[in-house]
Amino acid sequence: MTEHEEHSRKVVIPGEVIAEGNDYLPGEGTEKQGEGIVALRFGLAEESNKLVKVIPLSGVYQPRRGNVVIGVVENVTMNGWVVNMDTAQGGFLPLSEYPRYVNKDEVGEVMGIGDMIVAKIFSINQRGIDLTMRLKGLGQIDRGMIVKINPNKVPRVIGKEGSMISMIKDETKCRITVGQNGLIWIDGDKIEDEIFAKRAINFITEKSFVSGLTEEIKKWFEGVKEK
Amino acid sequence: MTKEFKRPDGRKVDETRKIVAKVGIIPNADGSAMFSFGDTIAYAAVYGPRKMHPQHAQNPEKATLRCDYSMLSFSTKERIRPGPSRRSTEISKITEWALEPVLLIDQYQNMVVDVFINILQANASTRCAGINAAAMALAHAGIPMTNLVSSVSIGKLDKTLVVDLNKDEEDWEEGEGATDIPITMTHDGKITHIQLDGKITIKQLKEAVELARKATSDIYEIQKQALKDVAEEIE
Repeated sequence: MTEHEEHSRKVVIPGEVIAEGNDYLPGEGTEKQGEGIVALRFGLAEESNKLVKVIPLSGVYQPRRGNVVIGVVENVTMNGWVVNMDTAQGGFLPLSEYPRYVNKDEVGEVMGIGDMIVAKIFSINQRGIDLTMRLKGLGQIDRGMIVKINPNKVPRVIGKEGSMISMIKDETKCRITVGQNGLIWIDGDKIEDEIFAKRAINFITEKSFVSGLTEEIKKWFEGVKEK
Repeated sequence: MTKEFKRPDGRKVDETRKIVAKVGIIPNADGSAMFSFGDTIAYAAVYGPRKMHPQHAQNPEKATLRCDYSMLSFSTKERIRPGPSRRSTEISKITEWALEPVLLIDQYQNMVVDVFINILQANASTRCAGINAAAMALAHAGIPMTNLVSSVSIGKLDKTLVVDLNKDEEDWEEGEGATDIPITMTHDGKITHIQLDGKITIKQLKEAVELARKATSDIYEIQKQALKDVAEEIE
């Protein structure tokens, strides 16, 4: 079932030597030990331009700068909102990163506890994760539904260059935003469309290990339509 | 060493019981694994890195590894009273010490990695099975590690060294009786944990470590295969 495509990808475990020789460079999840590049975590080893890295296959979501995430406002403070994104470190959205100007007195009126947002991670430091909403496609969620999936399956739902997600969008006529933390916002005109999109996403996560997944989903859509 | 030595279940002195290892058996956990030596079955589930609670237990320098070993009430013929006991608290701590040297959790400040080990069925060597399962579960949870660890118990029955003790052998009474030496190693032969319960000469202890080195390298291969098998499924 493993896909052996363009570049050689192989499953590695911690401590396993991925490549030998001095011409390789250690990338993320690897370390140089003597002559060899050694994996430091379980995942898929990938080599491109002599840079060796390990792509995680499992585990909790690791926030990264630039990730689009979906979160819930957990607390309102003097100068921003504390956002829960299902990560160990809490997220913080400062007032200045809200799409429009907000006066300090009306923080609680703009967004309260329990409101959901689409935001981007713009920095990660010791104290926590800083978020921004001042970019296109980000903002408050005021309608639609949220689906939670395993964060490791997010790349599958998006597909190669967004092929999978754009197919679901076309088929269900819904606007879909996928958060890298595994939360997905589905916004359609009719609730039936939203439920349909949710079913499609759940189908992908169940079948995520099938090769040629996009084709499989295409068939699934055709099958559902006939009924 | 006496060549004619016969083990109660007919194994060779350097033969382990049948080993089964499976990864990814608990869907709710971030990482999970099962490991068994014959009738000894251990399940391990890993959660995290996640926020440490209570807050005063947070370590701002690195993440904490927290292990919880427990034997299920039906794991032996005599019912085991559920809940922490002197023995299970000790083994939990030992497991933490055996695993910590290979973990790279400095980057996860104020967080905790929880490892829950349950013994479904016990027939000696439960701590070794638990450590083996926990090592696989930690790797499966994507925790950065320098290496995997494998654990095995070496026993001295009268004067003979044997690998992977079972309950009958643990209670050996002939001659000098039984000595139990659980050893945990990385696959390149570095010891992360060794215990000794009984009497042994330095010369024989060295032999025991050599035996463990051989046995753990076999266990390592099984653990490795189990992890690779689960990756095929995920992909």
